[in-house]
Formats: sequence, C-alpha cells, structure tokens
Amino acid sequence: MIDRRNLLLSTAAVTTATWAGLGATTAQPIELLKIMVPAAPGGGWDQTARTIEQVLRATNAVAGVQITNVAGAGGTVGLPQFVNQWKGQGNALMVGGMVMVGAIIANKSAVKLDAVTPIALLTGEALALVVPASSPFKTAKDFADALKADPTKVPVAGGSAGGSDHILLGLIAKAAGVAPAKVSYVAFAGGGPATAALLGSQVAGGISGYGEFAEQIKAGKLRVLAISSDKRQDGIDAPTLKEQGIDVELFNWRGVFAPAGVTDDQRKAMISLMDKMAASPEWVDACNKRGWTRITRTGDAYKTYIAAEIVRLEAILKDLGIG
Amino acid sequence: MDSLAGLTKGFAIALTPINLLWCLLGTTLGTAIGVLPGLGPALTIALLLPITFKVDPTAAFILFAGIYYGAMYGGSTTSILLNTPGESATIVTALEGNKMARKGRAGAALATAAIGSFVAGTIGTLGLTFLAPLVVDVALRFGPADYFALMVLAFVTVSAVLGSSAVRGLTALVIGIWLGMIGVDLQTGQARFTFGVPELLDGINVIIVAVGLFAVGETLYMASRASTGQDEVIPLKGSLWMTRDEWRRSWPAWLRGTAFGFPIGAMPAGGAEIPTFLSYYTEKKLSKYPEEFGHGAIEGVAGPEAANNASAAGVLVPMLTLGLPTSATAAIMLSAFQSYGINPGPLLFQTQPDLVWGLIASLFIGNVMLLVLNLPMIAIWVKMLMIPQPLLYAGILVFATIGTYGITQSIVDLLLLYAVGFAGYLMRRYDFPTAPVIIGMILGPLAEQNLRQAMTISAGDWSVFFTRPLSASLLALAALALVAPVLYELWSRSRSRVTTATKA
Repeated sequence: MIDRRNLLLSTAAVTTATWAGLGATTAQPIELLKIMVPAAPGGGWDQTARTIEQVLRATNAVAGVQITNVAGAGGTVGLPQFVNQWKGQGNALMVGGMVMVGAIIANKSAVKLDAVTPIALLTGEALALVVPASSPFKTAKDFADALKADPTKVPVAGGSAGGSDHILLGLIAKAAGVAPAKVSYVAFAGGGPATAALLGSQVAGGISGYGEFAEQIKAGKLRVLAISSDKRQDGIDAPTLKEQGIDVELFNWRGVFAPAGVTDDQRKAMISLMDKMAASPEWVDACNKRGWTRITRTGDAYKTYIAAEIVRLEAILKDLGIG
Repeated sequence: MDSLAGLTKGFAIALTPINLLWCLLGTTLGTAIGVLPGLGPALTIALLLPITFKVDPTAAFILFAGIYYGAMYGGSTTSILLNTPGESATIVTALEGNKMARKGRAGAALATAAIGSFVAGTIGTLGLTFLAPLVVDVALRFGPADYFALMVLAFVTVSAVLGSSAVRGLTALVIGIWLGMIGVDLQTGQARFTFGVPELLDGINVIIVAVGLFAVGETLYMASRASTGQDEVIPLKGSLWMTRDEWRRSWPAWLRGTAFGFPIGAMPAGGAEIPTFLSYYTEKKLSKYPEEFGHGAIEGVAGPEAANNASAAGVLVPMLTLGLPTSATAAIMLSAFQSYGINPGPLLFQTQPDLVWGLIASLFIGNVMLLVLNLPMIAIWVKMLMIPQPLLYAGILVFATIGTYGITQSIVDLLLLYAVGFAGYLMRRYDFPTAPVIIGMILGPLAEQNLRQAMTISAGDWSVFFTRPLSASLLALAALALVAPVLYELWSRSRSRVTTATKA
C-alpha cells in the first residue's frame, strides 16, 4: 500500500518535472515542491515538512508536495545526499535546524551547512528546565546554586549527549560558573524515557522541549523552573532563564534550505513562497496547535543567524567535551 | 465501577460499522507488514500519519492500534515457516517454531502462536483496562540501576541457547554485544566502531542482523550443501491443528508468557524482546521435555509469542495513563495525537474519554478479528512449505532483501545484510549458535546504557546496585538462576554417591 503511494507520487513527480523543464525560462510559480527530511518519519523535522505540505496545499500555493525521508545521525546522512544528488534543483527544500548544526560538529561531518542555500528560519521550540513535583528546587536560581555547590549531586536527564538538552545544561552551568564538563548529564533515548525518569524521581532535574513536559506540568507531576527563550511565551506559565539572572538563551530552531547551485531567481522564488506561507493564517494556526514559536527569518538574515549559531554551539560542545 | 462504564461506552463507539471497518483494515494491514521483515508497525503508522488530516481521531487510533497488534501476530508467521523473523520481538519464536515446521508441525506452531497471542492480547488489554494506574506506579519506581539488574537477569537466559559448546555460544554473545556497540554512544556522543561510515552512526538495526543470520545464512548453507539435486519437501505430519497433548503443553506457557510480557512492556525501558527471552528460558527450565528444546518444543513458541503480545498491551499503559511513549510505535502514535491538537498526558482519560475507551474497546475487538483472520490462514500458510527447497530459499532471499531495503532505502543496509548473512553461513558451518548474537545485540547496549546512567546518578557509587531493593532482588535472582542448577546437580550427584556407597 505504502509502496504504491510512493510510486504514484514519483510518477507524478516525473510528469510535473518534465512540464516544469519545458517552460523553465522565467521564474514561474513552483508546481511540485520536493522536500527532503533528513530524519525518520514522525519526528520534529518530519512534522515540519508535513505541516509545510498541509499549509501550501490548503492555500493552493503549489500543486503538489513530495516528501522524502533519509534517516540517520541527526541529519548528517541526509545532508551529503541533498548536497550531491539534489544539486541545482530549484523546486527542492531540505528541513534542518539546530540539531543538525550540533550533529555536524559532534560527528565531524565532512559536508557542512555552508554547502546548502539558506532559505527560511520558520519555527523555534523553547526548552524547559523541570524538576519532579517533590523537588526542593523552586526557582532556576535554586537549581543553579545546587549545581555550583556540587554538580555531581544534581543529575539531569535529557536526550542524547551533545543534543540541544545537553547543550542547554552546559550553557546554564557555564553561566553559573561551573565547568560544563563537570555536569552530571544522564542521556536517555528521547523525551519519553527521560520524562519517566523524572516522574519516578530517579534524577534531580530534566531538560527537553517544553511540549515534551507540558501535560505533566499541567497535571502537577513536574514543576517547570524556567524556559530557555528570550522572552516569555504565550500559553506557557513560566519565567525565562534570563529573568532569573541566568544569562542563557536557546531555541531548538527549525528551518528550510535549498540545494547548492540554485540560481538567484530560484532562490528568490523559494524565499517568497516561504514568506507567504509563514504569513498565512493556516500556518499560524498549525504552529499554535503544535506549540511551535514562529520565528520567520529569510535569506541573508537566516544565513547570518546560522553562522552565529555555529560559532556558539562549537564553543559549548567543546566545553562539554564533544566535537 | 468507572472502568466498566467507560469500557461499555467504548464498545458502543468501537462497534459502529465504520469503526469496525477501520479495525479490520488495521489488523489486516498489521498482519501483512508483520509478515514482511523490516517493515514494522512504527514505520507503517508514520507513513500513514497524513491521514490524520482527513479522518476523525477515534477512527485513526483504531486503525493504528489494529496495525500495532496485527504486526505482533504477523511477525511470528515468517519466523516459524521461513526462519525469518519479521519483528525483533519474534526472533525467539524462530528458535523452536522453525524446528517444529521442519518436523512437520508447522500448523500446530502457527496455531499456538495465534491462540497464544489472542490469550495474551486479551489478558493484557484487560490489564490495561483495570490495572493501568497501579501498574504504571510500580513501573516508574524502576530506575537505571534496577533496569541494569533486570538486564543482568536477562543475560542468564543466554544459557538456554548456548548450544553444545559454551565457548562457541559465549563467543557469539560477545560478537552480538560488539555489534550493539556500533554507532554514536548515547552518554558521550562519541562514535564507536563506525569506521567513518555515516550510515553506521545510528547503529545497526537488530532486524537486519537477525534476518541476515537466520534467513540469508541459512539460505547460503542450504545452497552449499545442495549438490545432490534432490528436491526435499518438508512433509506435514499428523493433524494440521494442535493435538490434545500440544494444547496441554501450550496453555501454561501462554499464561507465563503473559505474566512476563505485560509488566515488562509497561516499564518505560522494558520493551518487547526481554520478556520473550525470559519466557523462553523459563519454559525450557520448567518443561517436562527439556530434551525437545532446540528440536521444536511447542512451549518455546507458545510462551514467547504470548509474551510479545502481552507486552504490546503493556506499552499502551504508560502511553495512555501518562502520555509517555516507551517504544518507537508509541512515539509515532503520540505524534498522531498531537496533529489532532490532543496532548496525551496524565489527564487524557478525563479529557478524551471517548477516544481512549473507544481505542481500548477496539483492542478487544481487534484481538478477536486477528484470531478469526489468522486461524483459517494457517492452512494456506503451511502450503508454502510444499514449495521445493531451492525455490523456497530463493524466495526467502528476495523477501529478506525487499524487507531490509524497505526499512531505510539504504544500500549500506543491504550490503550489511549480505555480509551478516555470509558470517551466519560461516557460523552455521562451524557450529556456532546464532541466537546469542541477537540476545547480545539487544541486551548489551541496554545493560551498558543503564549501568552508566545509574553510575552518573549515583556519582560513581557502585553500592546503588545492592542498596536499592528492586535492583538487589533482581541481582539475587540472577545469581540464583546461575548457581542453583549447578548446586542442584552437585547435590544430587553426591546423594546418589551416598546411596551407592550405603548399598555397597
């Protein structure tokens, strides 16, 4: 069944691509948009791609969207494929984000993000620092003080080492004057098992995307000490780290890239497609439903943002002893 | 009673014609993907996620749950008939199931798997209905130290599949542990044994190794010996169904398998494989016919098959009561909840009672459907064994290749499959058992990660394993399981010596 669906889509792709090729002299609207998701179906990047598909179709911005998943290693398996095999395709995008920047550094990937064309930064998810309901910590300052006193006494749960959760703990430690390499970080295979460890009070604290903990916080089983965004977020009743005197800001951002070797017209057409999409009420609605903060930055502004992120993440990963 | 009222309402929702149709579609699709090695329920549900834009949530979850349960049924079919496990949870089934098929008892093996799955699925779903809050409470008490102790206990089960030579068996186990270590280490983010191949960074899929060792290795072995040119067809012996004796031997195994599967499935780091190992070991130890193990003992199919289905029900416990996804499939189902704007959490039973109870009721219905669907199929499945062996094995090779390619569409995985297959052939040729490789590959990384998590939490203090009651009792059990048989043998030997001495 699934195979037939893919088959139909790829047949459609061939036909449309031929049509697009015939009249490709001026920058005309994109008919079939191809999106590579460098991760398995179901995760954050995949959901981003499927939401883009849903919104573009609902607003009739494109006739069709074809999504390809290339799973593996924080996107560093998909990225080289996108660079080499999708070169010059003006109707193609790849989803990526902060996790990929970290994975490229940690895996010492040969192909880096400068090999692709930044199109648009779309969303960001604030991370949350939480503790079990029974914890003595009431504020992020309590947490930071305990960390300062003895980091080995404050085990913190989160996703895989070197990922966004670990990075945030490293940044908090650094801001509190503790060497990031000293923190007791307990890596779990994803937010689910990490939350289980928190609910069972196996660890002192936990870090993950706010959405991962939201329902447990609502039910009073976990207490949120702080979120990592620059300012307070709608619908989240929690102060930021900055408000509590910990000068740290981190977003798990996600955006899209075009392949290498696209023409300037193609790049501009793609940027305007994403600009229009990000401004549509359908997009706003979809982001609210999933708890994503909209951050729209396109073209050069996006490029500058990524460059700054790379410098920052390289430094903290080095402090954590990774990469 | 609250649960009873909810369940009644749930049945009213699940029994509408349209929802029954979704359930039938899900169970059929689930059985089909379970049969195909590689394509698992997680990937299938992920590919079907876009339907959440079109159908109402109850229908979608009934479909997904049908796929999930169906895959557990279907996975056993190829394990038994072709020695090619469709899912990692049905790897143990192949050990005795395929031997039974070779003895001409394929029908009975398939029947005990299907009925065992039904019994376990139904008991598990009953547990989910009435015991969920209690079970989850206990499950959350398990910390990394306790999981490590559980893995140590599970490692004892390797002794049941070591074969004639302990050295060869342990070598296979170590190879498995090594294979499990390949990839980026969770605790430090460093790559291990990846040799610069990016596809290896996420580790090797255990299903590829299982299919490679069992199916491809077996095919190569058969090919290497097929010089006579005779077509040997496996005969069917006796009744197609289970005999009275086989019933008698199956049902306690089903119940014991369920008792392992449900609680371990409900644990956040439990999974479906460990209860199948524990069940197999227990059945071998308790069986009145231990000599039949390794040659097609029906308890070795009945127990593990019940265990994996009960664990499927167990996995839904933390997902529905707390919103915690503890398996890949549960994680995908959770993201389906989110695309409806429903956030599963501790309050799900209160905020979405119709959805949850409709889903649970459909699990009961799906189980009956799967039994009705699968039992008549047995007569057709066993016909597959009438295919002449060269053709059958060629088919298995094609089947294994397609299934593996289906997982990630990666050439690297295909090359890996054939390399592991060749290694499997060599192991078979030189009489090394292959099952310990799989056990090592599944348990090794789990034991390692939990050990290191426990040590990080305790700040390097080893005593946690003995001061935590759960961990200490599990370790004591493991020690007992290792030492007791040896002591018993020494004791009975010295006793018989005493008796002979007195006689003389």
